[in-house]
Amino acid sequence: MTPPTTSRRRFLKSAAAMGASAALLARPALAQAAPRVVVVGGGFAGVSAARALKMLDPRVAVTLVETSRTFTACPFSNGVVAGLRELSAQQFTYDKVAADGVVLAFATAEAVDPQARTVSLSDGQRLSYDRLVLAPGIDIRWDGLPGYNEAAAARMPHAWKAGEQTLLLRRQLESMEDGGLVVISSPANPFRCPPGPYERASLIAYYLKTKKPRSKLIILDAKDAFSKQRLFQNAWKELYPGLLEWVSLSNGGKVTSVDPATNTLVTDFARHEAKVANVIPPQKAGRIVELAGVTDRSGWCPIDPVTFESKLHPNIHVLGDATIAGAMPKSAFTANAQAKVCAAALARLLRGEAPAEPELINTCYSLVAPDYGIHVAGVYHPVNGVLTEIEGSGGVGPVDAPRETRAQEATFANGWFATLTSEAFG
Amino acid sequence: MKTKCVLAAAVLVGAAVPLAAAAAEAPPGASSCSGCHPARAGVETAVPRLTGRSASELVAQMQAFRSGQRPATVMNQIAKGFSEAEIQAIAAWYAEQH
Repeated sequence: MTPPTTSRRRFLKSAAAMGASAALLARPALAQAAPRVVVVGGGFAGVSAARALKMLDPRVAVTLVETSRTFTACPFSNGVVAGLRELSAQQFTYDKVAADGVVLAFATAEAVDPQARTVSLSDGQRLSYDRLVLAPGIDIRWDGLPGYNEAAAARMPHAWKAGEQTLLLRRQLESMEDGGLVVISSPANPFRCPPGPYERASLIAYYLKTKKPRSKLIILDAKDAFSKQRLFQNAWKELYPGLLEWVSLSNGGKVTSVDPATNTLVTDFARHEAKVANVIPPQKAGRIVELAGVTDRSGWCPIDPVTFESKLHPNIHVLGDATIAGAMPKSAFTANAQAKVCAAALARLLRGEAPAEPELINTCYSLVAPDYGIHVAGVYHPVNGVLTEIEGSGGVGPVDAPRETRAQEATFANGWFATLTSEAFG
Repeated sequence: MKTKCVLAAAVLVGAAVPLAAAAAEAPPGASSCSGCHPARAGVETAVPRLTGRSASELVAQMQAFRSGQRPATVMNQIAKGFSEAEIQAIAAWYAEQH
């Protein structure tokens, strides 16, 4: 970590002592003296970090770089796939972020110069920073699954970045005739939203059960275990018997290639020709972190768990799905929690103070049906430089919880989405 | 939000107001809570807000969650991640927020 230089701190102090009238006269100098933080990525992590930092220390000049003027949230987008809600319910603008005093740059970050401490944008701007926060989410690893590329995704949607892909998968399900086969392929760890493929399978099964009951859904999995597994499997037995089948890695579930021409998913043992194929492909951290040189060979970003500063370049912090965050899963809640910890650390670092040891919480809900919710929670702190779950905390709920509890958890799930999106965008 | 108004006022007065921490920093763990317990009023959720509640009430609830005396779905699991001292610090901080 490199705290601001002594001369810089001294200057800030003297600038503070000058008082209001002097501040008005000496505006350019003061403007330069305000610490500059650039945040790249307007998802849950980036927005939460920008707003929390501005709240903690309004003198910090915070710029948020984001390509799109509308944010489309991934959590709850499985409900859009299953026809339970509209995509507009997933969409948010950055108006309230700007109202907090965060400067918005609607452009794509194309290069980072860690030595000069600058970020170059697609609109030609070059932004200087004292601290840079990269929160780009995920990118699809287009070379990760033979046969699967951007053209294939137009036929076999991933729908793992919410938006057009979400609607494409929904339209395919809607136009499928009753009796069709839906196949979901789920990747090996790590990937965005560990329970996501299973929530999606559940809600698609709900759609099929209610609208196209002669249809079938198969999940082909590159893993033998997954998040909230016992709760999902119990619910499937109860709600979707004979409709939903999970094929584990050991049972030959790993998809080794796909053929978009025939909508076929290939494993070592079988070829599955699907009416609707949802390929959730292998992933990596979003492009800008690769360009900034803060990814390791895994394609993800090693970070310090106290400040979320990259272990590869000083003054660059990484948040959310892009990070290697120990036991913390890649979730929107995690992204938001990390962002607030990082903002507090940045506020201290920019004042030349040592950051405080944090504790973080994650809570994720999944809907197995509209009135059937389950969750996983955890409390984390750094142990030997790794975010570790505090022993005895967290976990999933009881496997044998009554249906009233599941209904209550579905209500909590809806509240979770309302609160998290309110905190980030409201 | 009241905190925001205070911040806005501080910005208007400008550099005459000390530039030191505009909002009191949350103790470890506290900043995560607002992912579920809304910081803003008017959010549609069954989960209660924590801001402005009395510290002793918040501590009592957390203890009840931790011991299992108060049944819960998630909070019993989360409460077990915090020590007595951490719970008291978090409760005291939330009691001061508006």
